Amino acid sequence: MRWDFIADILPRLFKASILTLELTIAGISIGIVIGLIASLMRISGIKVLSAVAKAYVDFFRGTPLLVQIAIIHYALPVIFNYTPVAIVSGVIALGINSGAYVAEIFRAGIQSIDKGQMEAARSLGMTWGQAMRYIILPQAFKVSIPPLGNEFIALLKDSSLVSIIAVEELMTTGRLIMGRYPLVAEIWFSVALIYLILTSTIAILVNFVERRLQIGDSGQRSV
Amino acid sequence: MIVVKDLYKKFGDLEVLKGINCHIKEQEVVCIIGPSGSGKSTFLRCLNRLEEPTSGEIIIDNIPVTGDKTDINLIRQEVGMVFQRFNLFPHLTALENIMLAPMKVRKKSKKEAMEIAEELLAKVGLTDKRNSYPEQLSGGQQQRVAIARALAMRPKVMLFDEPTSALDPEVVGEVLTVMKTLAIEGMTMVVVTHEMGFAREVGDRVIFIDDGYFLEEGTPDEIFNNAKNERTRAFLSKIL
Ligand SMILES: Nc1ncnc2c1ncn2[C@@H]1O[C@H](COP(=O)(O)OP(=O)(O)O)[C@@H](O)[C@H]1O
Ligand SMILES: [Mg+2]
Repeated sequence: MRWDFIADILPRLFKASILTLELTIAGISIGIVIGLIASLMRISGIKVLSAVAKAYVDFFRGTPLLVQIAIIHYALPVIFNYTPVAIVSGVIALGINSGAYVAEIFRAGIQSIDKGQMEAARSLGMTWGQAMRYIILPQAFKVSIPPLGNEFIALLKDSSLVSIIAVEELMTTGRLIMGRYPLVAEIWFSVALIYLILTSTIAILVNFVERRLQIGDSGQRSV
Repeated sequence: MIVVKDLYKKFGDLEVLKGINCHIKEQEVVCIIGPSGSGKSTFLRCLNRLEEPTSGEIIIDNIPVTGDKTDINLIRQEVGMVFQRFNLFPHLTALENIMLAPMKVRKKSKKEAMEIAEELLAKVGLTDKRNSYPEQLSGGQQQRVAIARALAMRPKVMLFDEPTSALDPEVVGEVLTVMKTLAIEGMTMVVVTHEMGFAREVGDRVIFIDDGYFLEEGTPDEIFNNAKNERTRAFLSKIL
């Protein structure tokens, strides 16, 4: 092992990991918005909406992310005749992909809430939307935090796939360094190390948030 | 206040309500008794359309509950419901549980909602629990908060579905006391209950439901002491 070489490239990889984090955060944010909408459509009881949501979820969970990235960056621009920007394609692909997983997380979260909650809310005269917003979703969101954390970590790792469209994140940066210094082991162990640092930091953060929320539940609070 | 005509309810092939007719007057307290699975909950839940009646007509306070033009949310504002398993909102404090519907549904200001909630918490004797979350309350306390939550909408009718069945025996009394107070104040109440003492003391009328039919009804004295129908007598002999 050339430890001096590792010490040399680590700063550059760390810098690239910022883009990895940004891609992931942008992706999961889009994913949460889309996932929320899709999960609500799915359970709305309105057939068309629920079918559209199901088709979306099935497609994006049933095809490889790599193929989705290729479709968004190469296929769609040909069909609709526009010039894609790699980083935008990357974020969109990650967002739409994670939206499908988040939709299932939220759906499971919503369905885990006792039926009596919706009934109590409706019996007070709340609309379905109000009951969702004030009663069901806050509770569902809380139970969704651990799986959302897992999804965040999975997406962070999957974001390495956008390297095929040359977004200069962590994975691509590793490859670029490889092009100039073929020190295979040093480079890829370093890249792995940084992914590991990122994912474990997120895991710790999620754990912390989870515990904070539990305390909030049983602690005293004024209105 | 409540008029029910030819109410039928089916779950798939299972017919649960088989032509119910009844008329409940303002300020009347009607207790519904009957074996498990006879359709008591289903009847109550049809009244505020938590269950969709298969056919028949329900009119509450001169407004048809059934019918396409009805805004069910408006009717539910006038019909409070108390559930066997309380169904308090676990992520909200006792006070917030009570304040939510007045604020979001009745569009009261936070200050007004807080006043209503404080008043009702005092009424059910739980002022000191205002900031407690449901999981910090005993079953009896939770059910009293649930009653206060329903009352916060200032309903004209209150429906109770076995409000004390999930409670430890020693806290049943505190819930019944609150309900009795309501009755004395003139609330129109429909109470599904196995508390025969309550039905006898507070009920104006007792209805015996069996297998989807209202088999017999009368004053508590008529039902408990002089039931005409054999099945009513059989049921009562089992639980009294
Ligand atoms: N949502 C439902 N779907 C199918 N069957 C139901 C449903 N709710 C109640 N039932 C059935 O209807 C019958 C009456 O139920 P219910 O009204 O809860 O009885 P009770 O409250 O008198 O014990 C029971 O046989 C029950 O299994
Ligand atoms: Mg029942």
